Amino acid sequence: MVDQSIASLAKKLRAKEISSVELTQDYLARIKQLDGQLNSYITVTDEIALAQAEAADKLIASGSTSTLAGIPIAHKDLFCTDGILTTCASKMLHNFVPPYESTVTGRMLASGAVTLGKTNMDEFAMGSSNENSHYGAVKNPWNLDKVPGGSSGGSAAAVAAGLCVAATGTDTGGSIRQPASFCGISGLKPTYGRVSRFGMIAYASSLDQAGPMARSAEDCAHILQSIAGFDASDSTCSEVATEDYTANLEAPLEGLTIGLPKEYFGDGLNNDVATVIQDAVKEFEKLGAKVKEISLPNLNLSIPSYYVIAPSEASSNLSRFDGVRYGYRCEDPKDLMDMYKRSRGEGFGKEVQKRIMVGTYALSEGYYDAYYLKAQRIRRLIKEDFVKAFDEVDVIMGPVAPTTAFGIGAKTDDPIAMYLEDIYTLSINLAGIPAMSIPAGFAEGMPVGLQIMGNYFAEAKLLNVAHKFQQATDWHTKNPSLAEGA
Amino acid sequence: MSLEKQDVLKIAHLARLSLNDNDAEQYQHSLTSVLDLVEQMQSVDTNGVEPLSHPLEAKQRLRDDVVTEENRREAFLANAPQTEAGLFLVPKVID
Repeated sequence: MVDQSIASLAKKLRAKEISSVELTQDYLARIKQLDGQLNSYITVTDEIALAQAEAADKLIASGSTSTLAGIPIAHKDLFCTDGILTTCASKMLHNFVPPYESTVTGRMLASGAVTLGKTNMDEFAMGSSNENSHYGAVKNPWNLDKVPGGSSGGSAAAVAAGLCVAATGTDTGGSIRQPASFCGISGLKPTYGRVSRFGMIAYASSLDQAGPMARSAEDCAHILQSIAGFDASDSTCSEVATEDYTANLEAPLEGLTIGLPKEYFGDGLNNDVATVIQDAVKEFEKLGAKVKEISLPNLNLSIPSYYVIAPSEASSNLSRFDGVRYGYRCEDPKDLMDMYKRSRGEGFGKEVQKRIMVGTYALSEGYYDAYYLKAQRIRRLIKEDFVKAFDEVDVIMGPVAPTTAFGIGAKTDDPIAMYLEDIYTLSINLAGIPAMSIPAGFAEGMPVGLQIMGNYFAEAKLLNVAHKFQQATDWHTKNPSLAEGA
Repeated sequence: MSLEKQDVLKIAHLARLSLNDNDAEQYQHSLTSVLDLVEQMQSVDTNGVEPLSHPLEAKQRLRDDVVTEENRREAFLANAPQTEAGLFLVPKVID
């Protein structure tokens, strides 16, 4: 059952070839058997999943047409789930059981999806390797010595290893696309505001966006259909109407103009990764697309701009963790200040503390204009580069990351090198446009993702472009081989 | 841009983070390297460029001024480290 798409499983569930309870039991058994090697889940919700599966079987029997009904999925442990531990992979929230449901998880529940559990991640979504987790690093199912990417590394590893049919992720600077690339799965970061942020534990509010991580673009489309759309509970959620994301998946690509930004193919890009991307672009030419070289001249500035804006917003968002209303409180505080400082000092990991301090500094008196406002001015330049590019092309393509997955521990001593790896993904969040990563081949045995970027609210177009590629190639069907029961 | 240890301790105080001496030295290096990284922004001419705070430049929506939330005191207190008589407890603030 592990290789099957959401659409084919939905068909089997309706044909009574399998029940959701059986399917859910299969996945729970796989998690038990294999996740010891990967550490992709923080919490597995066996009983809840089986109860949801039973309810889904009834829903299907009563004629529900929801494609997600009875499909076992997992959620990044950053989405608040009513009554289910939600840690954000932090000691700060090691005991936090939300009294409410995020919009994303709530909509998937309403679609009848079955929640297997909550996946591991970089603490508070800060990281590109999933090594910054209070619950330990996640391993890449293609090579257990390598990182799965981050911050949605647990979701990516679980989908790739067949420990769930699909999963949710969030993407602030690449946190859906880079782990999707490193683990050989499909992931979509929608347009900013396409999906509600209500009940997502905030990192950088003007950049955060939730999206699907799955085995194909078609599966991503089914999940996006469930979670996208206006929500009055998120004041930045867009009122632009959603589309039918599966309706145009098969539309031919003749006449599609693909922009290739020269800045995405310059120094720093691994040669083998470059070859995979070029071959993928050739495949699109075979499908009738035209290719045009373009320029995104301010790409390099996305790194400094992001590493001011994201930490600044984080320092503000994470001020809510004060040891008073929820989460970790230090032992025997001697006064209120001691309680704040030690609860936060002991509850947050090093990378989180570092980003809080960078943001605190950038927002402090006398530095605000030089850092935060300057970064926001540069943000506009980066957005304008994309707006100009989309006057000439329909989609933009390039690599997701300069390399394939790196070794666990390989970059922990040089965090700046890790920041530089985000060069191809950060600008998309700053501009707020949608982008996908889809499997496009392998370099030295590890998966390589192709990034497809689209204009604002062009999710249906991105999914169509990605789906046509997946009809013509079989990279997305490759599976890692995990030793059973190790 | 190089931060002194005193700067780090001041930032940590503003951010309400307890640091020991060893931590402060580590952060002195790691914060300095992030500030060096973002320094390259200063070479860009952004005269006349308006700051962009929302990618779609959306305005804040207003809603009707009506009560939409119910009282869920018990549910919210359930996550608190210390409560009493329906209130959050903190260390003594005034002697």
